[in-house]
Amino acid sequence: MIRFNQVYKRYPGGYAALKNLSFDIAEGEMAFLTGHSGAGKSTLLKLIAAIERPSSGSVLVNGQNIGALKLGAVPYLRRNLGLIFQDHKLLFDRNLFDNVMLPLQIVGFDHRESARRVRAALDKVGLLKREKANPISLSGGEQQRLCIARAIVNRPTILLADEPTGNLDAESANDIMDIFKSFHQVGVTLLISTHDESVLRQYQSRTLTLKQGELQS
Amino acid sequence: MKGWLFQHIKVMQFTLRRLRTTPVASLLNIVVIGIALSLPTGGYILLQNVQQLSRQLVGTPQISVFLSMNASQDEIAAIGKQLQQHPVVARIEFVPREQALQQLQKSTGLSDVVGGLSQNPLPHAYIVYPKTSDAREQEKLRDELRTWPRLEHVQLDSEWARKLDALLKFGRLAVLILAALLSFALIAITFNTIRLQILTQRDEIEVAKLIGASNGFIRRPFLYFGLVQGLLGGAAAWLIIAISLALLNISLADMAQLYASNFSLHHLSIGDSLTLLVFSAYLGWLGALLSVAQHLWQIEPR
Repeated sequence: MIRFNQVYKRYPGGYAALKNLSFDIAEGEMAFLTGHSGAGKSTLLKLIAAIERPSSGSVLVNGQNIGALKLGAVPYLRRNLGLIFQDHKLLFDRNLFDNVMLPLQIVGFDHRESARRVRAALDKVGLLKREKANPISLSGGEQQRLCIARAIVNRPTILLADEPTGNLDAESANDIMDIFKSFHQVGVTLLISTHDESVLRQYQSRTLTLKQGELQS
Repeated sequence: MKGWLFQHIKVMQFTLRRLRTTPVASLLNIVVIGIALSLPTGGYILLQNVQQLSRQLVGTPQISVFLSMNASQDEIAAIGKQLQQHPVVARIEFVPREQALQQLQKSTGLSDVVGGLSQNPLPHAYIVYPKTSDAREQEKLRDELRTWPRLEHVQLDSEWARKLDALLKFGRLAVLILAALLSFALIAITFNTIRLQILTQRDEIEVAKLIGASNGFIRRPFLYFGLVQGLLGGAAAWLIIAISLALLNISLADMAQLYASNFSLHHLSIGDSLTLLVFSAYLGWLGALLSVAQHLWQIEPR
């Protein structure tokens, strides 16, 4: 599903964020990505979502080569990915419902069907009762759950989460992880970056550890 | 297809809501666009009205043929016959010098002066109505008549209209230049409005790009906004002109009474009004398109 082959990422000025990465994540796998801050976790996720391009090597997502992707094709790649951000990236000028609606609007989905899907996604993360609220009124954990609802509403095959439990207390973090587990059970491929040791211990999934841009085995 | 239509309706509603959320700024923008457009459009209307008026006054142009004072009665009759038989002449009218003097006395209020004259200074005259309405043909006829003997003076009465036409042509060019300049101003206004909108909606654009929005999707609300703002600006220009014309016509009515005419300024025809609206909407759209092309690519998620 996701394949890195001798990937390097250098930024202008010569700084190498990622060095010689090679790994595979199979369809339906749930994998963790860990390492100190600055180890390159976010950069790795950005490469998968074509927010960044590899300097050398190849990144294959769903069989598409990110390095060779045309600019116009990037939106269509991202529609198959669910992106979950540490800072949520919610829009505070509209209510919960409309926030989750956005990905379906972009695709031009049928209105009635998309309303149904939005409610299902909100229900999944336990926010259905507050669909009319403004996201600013939500707690950090709830905002993160809303971000997840938005990421899953168009039923992506791959979910990428960048430090989804980074700023949350243990209980909220557990809620989030439970939601991820349920997606794993229905066959979604997940890659979750975290530096939370307790989360890693709890799950017996594969863990990719980055250290200064290199993969530790 | 239904989904596509729904999406566009949705964007349109969104655009109108966005206009409403900043009523003062929106209104000011629309008024500025309206004023900018009303200047050349108003000039165009004035020219149009003047042209129409001149056509009304000229009606069927005529050539006044003044005979020499020393032409005998026979010569005068012969000239009349000759004129009548000319192929370009529709009909002629003879104005004896006595009648001309009476007319002068009646129409100009110079009866005292005229009455004080010891002899009639006016010659006999023919008024010639040409068959053709083509100005060049008329001039040709005038020039031909000028070569005839026993004619003192030949005057084509539409000559001043020709001069006015030339003046109008000059006026039209001036209006065109003004229109071009102010169209550019309209594009600049929209360009800036959209630029500000893009900057304030940075977050939204970034998020939309992250979750797979195509450039077309992101561009659409801005283009709609430019289009609607331009359209409303055009409507504002139309209103400004309508109100100005109404005011001008009130004072024209007083003046026209003095001159015993029923002249009044006409507003834009339906076709011209539609052209104004379509053109202003197009300019708004163009300004938005340029702004989007310039600024949208700078916002990429990192």
